[in-house]
Amino acid sequence: MYATNYHRASSVADAVKLQSSSDEAKYVSGGMTLIPTMKQRLAAPSDLVDLRHVAELKGISVDGNRVRIGAGTTHYEVSTSAELKAVCPAICHLASHIGDPHVRHMGTIGGSIANNDPAADYPSAMLALGATIVTDRREISAGDFFTGLFETALEDGEIVTAVTFEAPAKAGYSKFPNPASRYAMAGVFVAKGADGSVRVAVTGAGSDGVFRHEGMERALAANWSPEAVAGVSVDAGGLLSDIHGSAEYRANLVKVMAKRAVAAA
Amino acid sequence: MGVEGIGARVARKEDKRFLTGKGRYTDDMSVPGMRYAAFVRSPHAHARIRSIDTSAAEDMPGVIAVLNGKQMLDDGIGNLICGWMIHSKDGSPMKMGAWRPIAHETVRYVGDAVAVVVADSVGEARDAAEAVVVDYEVLPAVTDAVKALEAGQPQLHPEAPGNLIYDWEIGDSAATDAAIASAAHVTEMKIVNNRLAPNPMEPRAALGIYDAAEDHYTCYTTSQNPHVARLVMSAFYNVAPENKLRVIAPDVGGGFGSKIYIYPEEIVCLWASKRAGVPVKWTSDRTEAFLTDAHGRDHVSTVKMAFDAENRVTALKVDTIANFGAYMSLFSSAVPTYLYATLLSGQYNFPAIHANVRAVYTNTVAVDAYRGAGRPEATYLLERTMETAARELGVSPAELRRINFIRSFPHQTPVIMNYDAGDYEASLEAAMKAADWAGFAARKAEAAGRGMKRGIGMSCYIEACGIAPSAAVGSLGAGVGLWESAEVRVNAVGTIEVLTGSHSHGQGHETTFAQLVADRFGVPLDSVSIVHGDTDKVQMGMGTYGSRSGAVGMSAVVKALDKVEAKAKKIAAHLMEADESDIVVENGALKVAGTDKSVPWFQMALAAYTAHNLPAGMEPGLKEGAFYDPANFTFPAGCYICEVEVDPETGKTKIVQFVAADDFGNIINPMIVEGQVHGGIAQGIGQALLEGVHYDPETGQLLTASYMDYTMPRADDLPSFQVSHQVTPCPNNPLGIKGCGEAGAIGSPPALMNAITDAIGNNDLTMPATPQKVWAALAASN
Repeated sequence: MYATNYHRASSVADAVKLQSSSDEAKYVSGGMTLIPTMKQRLAAPSDLVDLRHVAELKGISVDGNRVRIGAGTTHYEVSTSAELKAVCPAICHLASHIGDPHVRHMGTIGGSIANNDPAADYPSAMLALGATIVTDRREISAGDFFTGLFETALEDGEIVTAVTFEAPAKAGYSKFPNPASRYAMAGVFVAKGADGSVRVAVTGAGSDGVFRHEGMERALAANWSPEAVAGVSVDAGGLLSDIHGSAEYRANLVKVMAKRAVAAA
Repeated sequence: MGVEGIGARVARKEDKRFLTGKGRYTDDMSVPGMRYAAFVRSPHAHARIRSIDTSAAEDMPGVIAVLNGKQMLDDGIGNLICGWMIHSKDGSPMKMGAWRPIAHETVRYVGDAVAVVVADSVGEARDAAEAVVVDYEVLPAVTDAVKALEAGQPQLHPEAPGNLIYDWEIGDSAATDAAIASAAHVTEMKIVNNRLAPNPMEPRAALGIYDAAEDHYTCYTTSQNPHVARLVMSAFYNVAPENKLRVIAPDVGGGFGSKIYIYPEEIVCLWASKRAGVPVKWTSDRTEAFLTDAHGRDHVSTVKMAFDAENRVTALKVDTIANFGAYMSLFSSAVPTYLYATLLSGQYNFPAIHANVRAVYTNTVAVDAYRGAGRPEATYLLERTMETAARELGVSPAELRRINFIRSFPHQTPVIMNYDAGDYEASLEAAMKAADWAGFAARKAEAAGRGMKRGIGMSCYIEACGIAPSAAVGSLGAGVGLWESAEVRVNAVGTIEVLTGSHSHGQGHETTFAQLVADRFGVPLDSVSIVHGDTDKVQMGMGTYGSRSGAVGMSAVVKALDKVEAKAKKIAAHLMEADESDIVVENGALKVAGTDKSVPWFQMALAAYTAHNLPAGMEPGLKEGAFYDPANFTFPAGCYICEVEVDPETGKTKIVQFVAADDFGNIINPMIVEGQVHGGIAQGIGQALLEGVHYDPETGQLLTASYMDYTMPRADDLPSFQVSHQVTPCPNNPLGIKGCGEAGAIGSPPALMNAITDAIGNNDLTMPATPQKVWAALAASN
């Protein structure tokens, strides 16, 4: 790891101020991606602004069907929230399968979506739930937020403070983990809104990051069943191909995971 | 056996410090003035070094020295060597290219060291290493051994035209060909044994300390054989004469073979300590380990197995290409020859065998012995072929093996080995019973109802351990003898120290060697200490690998104990005015048989050291040493059965049952033996299902350089194992033990692959059987 300067922010405003006072500062939340990257000398921020002690980023609230998850909420907290489980168990299930127990106790939802790793779990949930990403300066729809591999609509210094969404009528998540990293090789989040609209979002498989699959959305809108997904063709074009899985294999996994996500919903 | 003696499940004495974080590993060592080394490594698989500019690095904070390979050459540090001479079938010696500890002209794999920085901190050393500017002329690279033999491929070493190190054969080619020509059936296969990274939990490390006042070096290093390290560094690398070089391998966190070899880094730390005038420590990080630890396996073979009309094998013909990487590592040449081809008879009575082996340079890190070393490759080839033949011949896999089992001993195979004892049928029966083989059809039908494809497969392995009679290995080209030494020191109060040339890096010697002594004299286990891993304490030893510590290392202890016992009896007889031949040692006392006269063990020891009343002419003290040279290899064998369910939608394999029935001869500590089997099977399952080193074929970049891409087995990849033992004592060593350290890794891969191919109905599948590959094989068979 290269030498870096550590700052503990006490509030969002304090964090923004600390970040802006340095050329190469980075926010760190759980640090589950950034710290290993720094240890491998692949990232060299001059300063780290620690968001873990900012109280306003914490907590889960459910108001009727309206869900708000603070950006600093850990995966463990999401996975074990009784309030959340009552209205959207799929996101609890998703969080319970991120990384390992250490990661789930450190990693946060804000950190995960701000990093937008193409194999991370949360982006698929955000997209399928039609979530809104709340930052210190605006609100961004999930569809606009995730813009490519490790790319988001966040501007320099902008902090994700929370995510909000309407609890779906039904939702499910199923992933096939990469045998080595256990990140998603294909993870599919399916959600049926209270208005009957269906969204299907895929992580781990797309060469440009998380994406929605309209063919499966149409099929499921007409017939919410695993069999409906089985009839949809998934194009291998635009999917990732690496030593763990070809695009064709990932296309198969997308379909199988979608089927299992619907069955679990 | 008693509660602490041979055969007792004694909890490991060393685990208290390991489990409480109190182990003392090389990286834990700290000496005054110590500084840190970081290596500048080649980012290219093959390149000529035009120039190295260290000026910027030298000016960086904390930097004490930036050293290069030319300086090392000028200081007379020698080439790294391979210590086992193999001759090609045309009689020519193997063609060994020069391996410099730090390259100064050509780099031949990604990770080859080109310079080393010594600095005040690890961070400063790494910062400065990044500031070293190396101008490379990049050359084309080849990573695949089969391709490297083809015309027009990049050439690695001028000493080895066509990248061919040796072209070696064993067995009777004409008899084998004749038998194949007249066979009723021939099963032919191409067998790929995938390349593995060893991944001990503790990465390699070295601390070099040069004492200018004494002109003396000390090296702390992660070694399985510190005495061999001292011998080789002294005799071949010209680091220092043996009496001026102390090598200490303290607690070592796993080796699996990869810590047998002497690597550039420990030589560099010693040399740099003198050059820079400070003690120098280096510790590998995990990616450096993937890049520079010797890999294992990487064979491509074709095989023909010929049968007569009664399904008896009449001949086996094998052609193997072995990838050696960019340089010949210390024991690399022996692995695909005398540790592999000599085991190609398996558990079977094969009248004729011929094997041809070509060893090949490629632009990858060196390949050498890895848990099993040659024997997993032989077993995988044989047992995949035997299973395939059974399918082709329409015979049950067990029946085909039974027809061909060796049933009388000793048995001379056509490939050197003389099997001394075994009962292969007993292990086969035990495994099939434990696995409820007969009930498989019902389980398969039940799984099919759940949409799962269930399969079962077996593997009957044999291995040669306890390597080996020194004269025999010497005649085959080994540069060293493979005996072991021991010294037993009885202290004045009767406590006992056993000094052994074996080295424990996870095997539990501090417990099992102590059990041996406790069993012999009836003294408490706690009164016995095991000393190992330090060339200043133990005079000489050959170290631990090839499952040899029990069969060879303990046999040396037995010889020393024999001498101690003989002297102790003389003293006791003198003290009790009895006849020496009437003295028995039991329960911590020396007794006159048939009487109530006895002397406690500690009193006898005290008498030996006070020397007030010893037999006339006897020297005081009680300390005896012994060297034991084995009479033969030992031959552990067994049968493994694996049952799997494959999810046809994803290709994911779940192991639902794994049975191991092993014959290790007599067993000192069943709990430790079971642990060895569990760990070995986990590694075998890793090879068959999960692990595999990938180099980019064009650039030679290592694609699996971290756990993000290299799949280590995890607890949830593994089932609970059913382990049992059948015992045919080894007739060739005093304890009748055969060795157990590698069996699991040897026997398990073919059982698993036979099970998966049975489940999916497609035999065209290579290791590791990743979900993607299994899915594709399923698609191809539909």
